Amino acid sequence: MELLINAIIAGLLLGGFYAAVTVGVSISFGILDIVNIAHPAFIILGAYIAYIVNQTLGLDPILTAVIALPAFYALGAVVYQVYYQSFEKHGQDALRGLAFFFGLLFVTEVLLILVFGVDYRYVTASYIDQTLHFGFVDLPLRMLIPCAISLAMLAMLQLYLSRTFTGRAIMAVSQDQLALRLMAADPTKIKRIAFAISIATASLAGSFLIVIQPVEPSVGREYIGRVFAICVLGGLQSLPGTVIAAMLLGIVESITATFYGPSWAPAVAFGFLLLTLAFRPAGLLGR
Amino acid sequence: MRTFFFYLGSILVGAALFAFARWSGNDYLFFAGYTVLQFVVLATAWNILGGYCGYVNFGSAAFFAAGAYSTVALHKLGANVDRYFPQELAGIAKLVMPLNVPTLIIIGGIVSGLIGLGTGYLTLRLRGAFFAIATLALAVVLQTLIVNWDFVGGSRGAYIIRPSEVPIFGNYIQYLFAIMIVLSIVALAAARTIERSRLGYGFATIRDDELAAEACGVPTLKLKLVATTISGALMGMAGAPFPYYIGYLEPGSAFGLAYAVNSIAMPMIGGTTSWVGPLIGALLLGIAQQYIIVTISSAVGVLVVGLMLIIFVIGAPKGIVGLVQDFMRAGAKADGTPSWRSRLAIFANMRPGAR
Repeated sequence: MELLINAIIAGLLLGGFYAAVTVGVSISFGILDIVNIAHPAFIILGAYIAYIVNQTLGLDPILTAVIALPAFYALGAVVYQVYYQSFEKHGQDALRGLAFFFGLLFVTEVLLILVFGVDYRYVTASYIDQTLHFGFVDLPLRMLIPCAISLAMLAMLQLYLSRTFTGRAIMAVSQDQLALRLMAADPTKIKRIAFAISIATASLAGSFLIVIQPVEPSVGREYIGRVFAICVLGGLQSLPGTVIAAMLLGIVESITATFYGPSWAPAVAFGFLLLTLAFRPAGLLGR
Repeated sequence: MRTFFFYLGSILVGAALFAFARWSGNDYLFFAGYTVLQFVVLATAWNILGGYCGYVNFGSAAFFAAGAYSTVALHKLGANVDRYFPQELAGIAKLVMPLNVPTLIIIGGIVSGLIGLGTGYLTLRLRGAFFAIATLALAVVLQTLIVNWDFVGGSRGAYIIRPSEVPIFGNYIQYLFAIMIVLSIVALAAARTIERSRLGYGFATIRDDELAAEACGVPTLKLKLVATTISGALMGMAGAPFPYYIGYLEPGSAFGLAYAVNSIAMPMIGGTTSWVGPLIGALLLGIAQQYIIVTISSAVGVLVVGLMLIIFVIGAPKGIVGLVQDFMRAGAKADGTPSWRSRLAIFANMRPGAR
């Protein structure tokens, strides 16, 4: 019983982290309809930047990620511009766009392998080895802190999307571009902002990742299925749905890992995804 | 008539390839040639779904590995007949086991074809992107299953001891190379036949506008399932002889991302709309990769493929075949008299205007 409760709590913490990993895809795939399968590559890039700065300057990884946010925002804007000019403008985004992002994912991974090799890299920070104990419940800080910051980030994004003009325009761009034009907002510009934000979240998610576990370049691939499973289960464009789905997956994965062994955990996410696609493609909170 | 020349030509080229490799007396040529031809099969298989129907499959590695691991499983069964079969059946089993490679290829094809059918059935009713994501997921699910399946070696991998000699060919690698030549011809012939049949036109309608096709009465779901099954089966067939080629198979190498990337990049670079495209792409990239792997490193080899994929997808969406077509079309004169370029185009069956 204690094992089960601990597994559920670990799953919730893991889920908070998964939410941060997924929110970028919820924006790009869910809202903008851009199938950015390269998102995990940007997350790994964020993790490696946190690693380099941590090793050379000794800066806290999450703080590094916050400082790197504008750079990732700019990177996202550039990637979107290339994508728009080459594919979206001509309405040929389906097959070639997918191949483009797949190539991007792959090139990033191989470049990281060439530069850093396939050794696992990790960061040092004061809180990584500490654990809070409440009775039999363990709360490792290396899970708790990413989870808390991640939830704060999602709350801020949700406020941004629902309260500000640009945020509402982002939500609207997936529904009716012409109407958006009539509101004097340029859909391309709005999409660029939204996509840039989605890549910016990868900076933070990457720093969480390297706080939680050691990272090597191909770790990102494990997250592709997870991220899309959560995104689809959450109903694509709903951020609260993303959080709920992420927590759910975190709990199921954590329970599987506790009771059946960690080698089965990856299949859980993908089984989840296949079942969702087969039986409830609209997701939990889908319209 | 054209079909006759296609078969005659491909058999001649195949025989010439084999004769050349044998004449050179260099065993490395067989090893490298096998890999390149394996990519010809994979690229052609990917293109039947990806190029003709417009559905991207990121899980080529899964289908390939399914074929490879069905061979491993059957090899293990065959090597320990007494242990795994009840006594009454052991006698019969011994008659057919160990299975020869062509049979294993057919079995691998059936296994992967069924996996393709299953995945397609679960996801093809949805938007295109979902299918692509599901195939990514499929690769990881299968890999997890294999890692946890001790019978085929689990994460430790499995050793496959191949017979040192085979009748007629003598050397085993020469035998495998010959089999891959035949398999490539089969794959190309299948792609070419589909392209010119009702099936191929049905696929093209799905690629161009699925909604309109559906409205015109094209049974889109059925066609898509046919495409995934054929495509998956061919990938499995490419994977089935792989354990004998490599000698030691572990999940990491069977599910390597290089297979997924290559089988997408090769058709995209060669050109996705005809069977010639994947062939050109696979030959070019396959040979270039072999060269880079030998001279620099395998990581650089795959990096080059990834970069080429991005460049071609952005700069030359119709691939090398498209570039050649444009070049020939540019050669047509205003008064309609054929120039040497358009004559060449007619000869090469790349009529201006034909997709």
